[in-house]
Amino acid sequence: MNPNVQKSSVVHIGDSPRRVEDHKFLTGRGQYVDDLDFPSLVYGVPLLSPHAHARIVSIDVSRARQAPGVLCVLTGQDAIDEGLGGFPPLFMPEDMGGPKGYRTSRPVLVADRVRHVGDRVAFVVAETADQARDALDLIEVDYEPLPAVVELSDASAEGAPQIWEGAPGNRCCMVMFGNEAATTDAFAAAAHVTKLELLNNRVSANSIEPRCAIGRYSGVDDTYILYSSLQNPHGARQMLAQAVLKVEEIQLRVVSPDVGGGFGMKADPYPEDAMVLWAARRTGRPVKWVPTRSESIATDNHGRDQKVNAEMALDAEGRILAIRMRSMHSFGAYVMSAAVAPLTFAVRFVPSVYNVPSFHGVNVAFFTNTCPTGPYRGAGRPEATYVCERLIDQAAHELGLNPAELRRRNLIRPDQLPYSTHTGFVYDSGNFPGLLEKALRLSDEESYPLRKGESSNKGLLRGRGIGFFIEQGGIFNDKMTLRFDASGGLTILSGLHSHGQSHATVFAQLVSDWLGVPFASVKYLQGDTDKISFGRGTYAARSSMIGSNALRIAADELIAKGKPIAAFLMNCPKDAVEFKDRLYSGPGGKQIPMTEVAKAAHIKAGPLASFGVGLEASGVWNTDPPNFPNGCHVCEVVIDPETGVVEIESYTAVDDVGRVLNPQICEGQVHGGVAQGIGQALLEQVVYDRETGQLISGSFMDYGMPRADDIPVMKTQLEEVTCKTNPVGVKAVGEAGTIGAPAAVMNAVHDALRAVGVTHLDMPATPLRVWNAIQVAKVRGQS
Amino acid sequence: MRVHIKVNQVQRDCEVESRALLSDLLRDNLRLTGTHRGCDTAQCGACTVHLDGVAVKSCQVLAVQADGSDVVTIEGLAGADGQLHPMQQAFSECHALQCGFCTPGMVMSGVDLLRTHPRPDTATIREALEGNLCRCTGYVNIVEAIRVCADRMAAKGV
Ligand code: FES
Ligand code: FES
Repeated sequence: MNPNVQKSSVVHIGDSPRRVEDHKFLTGRGQYVDDLDFPSLVYGVPLLSPHAHARIVSIDVSRARQAPGVLCVLTGQDAIDEGLGGFPPLFMPEDMGGPKGYRTSRPVLVADRVRHVGDRVAFVVAETADQARDALDLIEVDYEPLPAVVELSDASAEGAPQIWEGAPGNRCCMVMFGNEAATTDAFAAAAHVTKLELLNNRVSANSIEPRCAIGRYSGVDDTYILYSSLQNPHGARQMLAQAVLKVEEIQLRVVSPDVGGGFGMKADPYPEDAMVLWAARRTGRPVKWVPTRSESIATDNHGRDQKVNAEMALDAEGRILAIRMRSMHSFGAYVMSAAVAPLTFAVRFVPSVYNVPSFHGVNVAFFTNTCPTGPYRGAGRPEATYVCERLIDQAAHELGLNPAELRRRNLIRPDQLPYSTHTGFVYDSGNFPGLLEKALRLSDEESYPLRKGESSNKGLLRGRGIGFFIEQGGIFNDKMTLRFDASGGLTILSGLHSHGQSHATVFAQLVSDWLGVPFASVKYLQGDTDKISFGRGTYAARSSMIGSNALRIAADELIAKGKPIAAFLMNCPKDAVEFKDRLYSGPGGKQIPMTEVAKAAHIKAGPLASFGVGLEASGVWNTDPPNFPNGCHVCEVVIDPETGVVEIESYTAVDDVGRVLNPQICEGQVHGGVAQGIGQALLEQVVYDRETGQLISGSFMDYGMPRADDIPVMKTQLEEVTCKTNPVGVKAVGEAGTIGAPAAVMNAVHDALRAVGVTHLDMPATPLRVWNAIQVAKVRGQS
Repeated sequence: MRVHIKVNQVQRDCEVESRALLSDLLRDNLRLTGTHRGCDTAQCGACTVHLDGVAVKSCQVLAVQADGSDVVTIEGLAGADGQLHPMQQAFSECHALQCGFCTPGMVMSGVDLLRTHPRPDTATIREALEGNLCRCTGYVNIVEAIRVCADRMAAKGV
């Protein structure tokens, strides 16, 4: 229980009570998938392809089957023989009225042709994990290697090796927004055009809890249970039951217990989720799969991986006339999960917070012999923001203007709201100019020249960059249920899923505030398809808006349902009862709390029983119209030209998240997002060998995870510009930092490096890359 | 092989394979699942425990090497009466945990840091956390929690 909250007290929106979740995690009593144990549990391990692209000529599992402790070995042919289906993409552009693309169906195990290092070829189940791993070595696979492509420019090149016969040129699908003719005209009339070619580096979510799964099967009633580290258990059930196992959804229960971070990577099921269920049926034993970190990095859906050519047209006063972009996005070997979401958002948010009179953007998805990409925190918004913000800074530099001033001239003003973009959004609210000025003040813009001078006296390069962004918080509809028990305790049954976002605290806070029930008597339930009637989980920063507004509707319905009971208890007509100041009030100053009404609603006989039994209500909220969180981030870096090391001196984030439900938790979300954005800008990249498609950055020794001393102290400020399109007024906060940070950091890095003649650098700006760029610029300067 | 080991004040006697790690012994033999495994290259620190009073990554110690030693895990950090350690309290107050997966390792590392550096500055804290990865918090509030805890413990003369 919360030590700082009295048992009886109500907690309000805007408070920061201690989190309900904390105690179990702080005392080591969380229950993550790998912490679960079942009688007669056995262990499964998949055999991963060592080739980026190869035909499977034959597989011999006979020796593995004989190995000590081995219970079964499954192959792709077994999957075909048993009629198992494959994993479809969640949606394709054609499902939203776009042009038709190539839809893959990823098999549980590959039978004929592997398409990336880490493709699953067989699954060994044994009494112990060590026995299963030992037996993996005994499987003999005869591969016929095929040429592989890992980079977008190679995959799209004439004569490139074909990954899917049905996708000529390795093109999967495309999305397009805006008006080409108008944009062409605007460019023709422009006083100035700025052009950039940008790479958005492939990164890995790397939640510290790896994905893992346990499958159980009961032959008594032909039912399965999956325990899996997932963000969306109902979605996983739907896909696994319908597309893969081909069973009824009632035959499959999916439980996502405590989940140690997801970041979009755990939004949808993976082949291993099907393998443990299938193997559980085959062996009659519960089957657990826990990967090594290297296996995680090789098989978790990655994020980003985009190559963009972008142009901005401006008039003589520095007003934006048009933006044009042509972009390629890597989907890896299969279209998995909501891969199309980042493809789309990477275009739609390019016009960002600016008044852009004409826009045209195209993004084409390509197959490569790499692990599939999917939504990763921000999903397309970091890519879009990176394009727009780099263009603006570059344009400012070319025009000899201060980057903040160029933004001032182009920001959408509050009086222009609601504002329609050429990409189909209508921004309802925001104070973009206000955010900019606040961020500049907070980051001490005024004394920057002083700091810059001090740095240069020490031979250091100082730079400053802005990352302004806007995004869509939330997607799809969802449901929340409120249910009182007979003692007046309130349970929230949530279709959303917290894996760090603090739903158990924030949602309890909301209903405590609205209904006047003690915070400590609210219980939060999620993550079990048997307990929650329906849900879509949490990703795309959707929980605050959808959850809050669905809860508001449920709470209002509870109040209405309780009214006749309250009237009966107060012995007055129903119409004389009001719910105000968190109490039912009747004539003559009579008052009854909600909990008393809830208790009365459970009385089994007598006149009260005529009101039915129990007090329960559900609310549904849909993201249409969406909300638009936005923020202005400012980063200041100092670069040592001798070593190429980029140090972040200060980071300021001013975020408009709409109504702030819990400031401490919102700020925590910003911190974590910014750290991931800094990681992408300075440290992280999934690297495959360009020729062979071998994964180079395959462990935490090789992949640059941000550590405590890479992340600066941050100044964060929350701006409450209430959202106009939902009653609670919330926007979202989950993705903010990850979206703003790469642009802010890289603009700062470029600002610093321009002084020594460096004009362009792609992420991550590692010391080696920075140092090399400085040397190249030096040589260029001399010649 | 048999390992005699004191864990969270209780003497235990375990049968382990020679290749078993201390993290395996804690998690699999003793079902103390608060000690987490987040990698296999000694990088993440989610498995940090105290071995004879010093923070170690339990995935880097063979179970047999810990024979005869005294181990404290996250489950044993709070007092017998359930009173949380000041570090645990500070983590909660400062919102230094989100998904909670790195938390046991972070708390154990934080406690160890204050043993050797009772009043660390933030640079020292950041450096000391080099071996502990967190993907959720951006470390901001973890550093703050350790600082707050240090101040509080110093004020109380703990
Ligand atoms: S599990 Fe021990 S350091 Fe990662
Ligand atoms: S709180 Fe999730 S990894 Fe640290």
